[in-house]
Amino acid sequence: MTSNKKSVSESVKNLEKPVDLTPENLKEIHNLMVQGRVLEERLVKMSKMGEGYFWIGGPGEEAFNVALGLLVDKGHGPDKDFIHLHYRNSALMLALGAPPIDAIRQMKNVETDPYSGGRNFVNHYAKPEWNVVPVSSCIEPQHSQAIGTAHAQSQGRGKGISVVIGGDAGTAEGDFATALVWASRPVNPLPLLVICTNNYAGISTPYSGQHGETEIADRGRAFNVESRKTDGNDVWNVYEALQTAINYVRKERKPYLLELDVSRLHGHSSASGANRVTNEADCVESFEKELEKIKILSPKEMDKIREDWQESILNDLKQVRTEPGPDPHSIFDHVYADKNGDKGRDTLAAQIGLDYAADTAAHFAAKKLKAKKG
Amino acid sequence: MATVAQAIRMALAHAEDNLELKDVFGEDVGPPLGGAFTVTQGLKTSWNSPLDERGIIGMATGLGLAGSRCVAEVQFCDYIFNTIDLLKLAGNACWTSMGQYPMPITVMTPVGSGIHGSVYHSHSFDSKMVQIQGWKTVMPSNAYDAFGLMLAAIKDPNPVMFLKPKALLRAKGKKLIPGEPKNAKELKKMIDMPVTKEEQAKWRPKFPKLTDPEIEIGKAYKYQEGDAATVVAWGRMQPIVEDITNKFKSERDIYLDVIDLRTIYPYDWDAIRSSVERTGRVIFVNEDTEVCNFGEHLIRRTCDELFYSLNVRPRLIAGKNVPGVGLSPILEESTQPQPWHVEKEILSLVEEPA
Ligand SMILES: Cc1ncc(C[n+]2csc(CCOP(=O)(O)OP(=O)(O)O)c2C)c(N)n1
Ligand SMILES: [Mg+2]
Repeated sequence: MTSNKKSVSESVKNLEKPVDLTPENLKEIHNLMVQGRVLEERLVKMSKMGEGYFWIGGPGEEAFNVALGLLVDKGHGPDKDFIHLHYRNSALMLALGAPPIDAIRQMKNVETDPYSGGRNFVNHYAKPEWNVVPVSSCIEPQHSQAIGTAHAQSQGRGKGISVVIGGDAGTAEGDFATALVWASRPVNPLPLLVICTNNYAGISTPYSGQHGETEIADRGRAFNVESRKTDGNDVWNVYEALQTAINYVRKERKPYLLELDVSRLHGHSSASGANRVTNEADCVESFEKELEKIKILSPKEMDKIREDWQESILNDLKQVRTEPGPDPHSIFDHVYADKNGDKGRDTLAAQIGLDYAADTAAHFAAKKLKAKKG
Repeated sequence: MATVAQAIRMALAHAEDNLELKDVFGEDVGPPLGGAFTVTQGLKTSWNSPLDERGIIGMATGLGLAGSRCVAEVQFCDYIFNTIDLLKLAGNACWTSMGQYPMPITVMTPVGSGIHGSVYHSHSFDSKMVQIQGWKTVMPSNAYDAFGLMLAAIKDPNPVMFLKPKALLRAKGKKLIPGEPKNAKELKKMIDMPVTKEEQAKWRPKFPKLTDPEIEIGKAYKYQEGDAATVVAWGRMQPIVEDITNKFKSERDIYLDVIDLRTIYPYDWDAIRSSVERTGRVIFVNEDTEVCNFGEHLIRRTCDELFYSLNVRPRLIAGKNVPGVGLSPILEESTQPQPWHVEKEILSLVEEPA
């Protein structure tokens, strides 16, 4: 067994991969990538079947997401890494240890959605235990916020860094420049890793017509920010690129800009149909080919892994179908921080005008009855 | 007596020592200037930010996400408009995350007219700010409240917008902050930055030990009890209302019921309701533009809930609904409510037959 492992590891090295990943690493990465892909495929299906209103996510970004999820220093507070996500990072959350059922809960906007209680779109995470700050649909302000967590980290003795992720089109927003300007100030450089996932599109607008710069990574060079553009689809390549960048930021306490080429395998979102595209690189497919070639996993084993996740995630959905929606009167909760168990309720807002929530339960019950009869 | 600017500065110094305030920042907030209105002179944690308001609000939000307390400044509220979505995000982080990410930050910004500030130094922000939910918004009208409300803002685990009426920043208080030296000259010597570069190089402020008056956000201040009519004002309009109140009392034997709202949101409805139920007459006075003015909301609520207590129609005094405040004093006085407008309208409210 041991000798077998060694020979596999050697064969990996022999392929001159940029980073040495053990068979265990590779199997773990593969498992997470497949889990992520299956989850996203389920979420897409849910949107098509009316089991959720809107889908946006990251099929095609699993190699990058899983590698990053495994490489960050996960935990709570400024000594650990802060993570400011885009809306295509489901596989990163899985790599951190999030159960797929929670994404399904958010997709179905049920009360048990631990990230937003049925308030936000799918893939809009928030998890303070892991410093995953709330994701917003608004493009790019996470870059303006990430300088704040990085600033808090620059004040302490800890080694925590902030990581912020955004798309290529979003770099046109001022917030992208804000991150570079504030993180590179000579009086107080910030431990901030800025990652641009470049899928060469913003919804329907092609990259080619909108960017005068040769590459997005060039923007960093103007601020003397260490910058690099590379492929985000190849597991070994993206793992090495992220490891190098993270180590640099952690050690030097300075910013780094990493531009990664990635794919968008189901288009922009459910609004554009979310159908599978075939003309873009598929990181799961190419990784599986490679794993077969270097004899880490056989096609049969990989099929089994996929089928197991499909079954398990379908069971998750069946469970979520039994879970209730949010309480209509909860709309005023958590407007503010909880104070002595008051759930942060905005009691003033609740006093103003008509009480719509009073009718909501009856309205939904009638709707359900009508649907049943129909 | 401390000025409003000095009071805020002392509150910030007090919070650095007692409330874990770690960062006070914004454009020209740190040395050498210490703020466009001297509010941040001599502080330990103040620093100059890039000229980037979105970055300032984003930085504050990120600090809040990391659980750190800060006071960020936008140099004039006229320049805060490009941060609206960032303010919205700071205001909804707690709500969208079901309470998992409270946002314990304070943003301060000078507001309003009265210094010949023309188009870009005269805007108000109170009526816009109340539309950004999840925030609390306060606006003091005097030095004592400025001190107490700033401490309340910093202590609050929620985002608080602290609006500084810029025409009042140099106004001296009438009520001593607990622990404040009685002699204004002495205070000036202790905490105002000297004028010459040589003096500045050696200068260290000596902030007096003050006691937190524990002003509650959400509680209005009753300036005077009376039965003639309810007057609700805030910020720069409050001292104007106070002068009129005193004049009416001494010259006309009219006793107004005067409420300094202090907190714009969540506002003290109990204070307004109990007063209007008694007087049956009410006027709301502020200087933001009058269409969709916050005072209009208060009138709507008055009509919804207190309609049958009213003897006469409720009134609003606010700024004219034009794109800006013109530089010429002729234009400014025709745009922004002046003491004589307020006086005339209060008198008409009091004298209208029921
Ligand atoms: C500030 C803002 N403007 C517009 C939109 C609508 N919108 C949603 S996604 C998107 C394109 C984003 O493209 P990119 O940054 O490349 O990210 P990608 O979706 O390709 O990952 C747009 C315009 C938005 N959400 N936020
Ligand atoms: Mg894109």
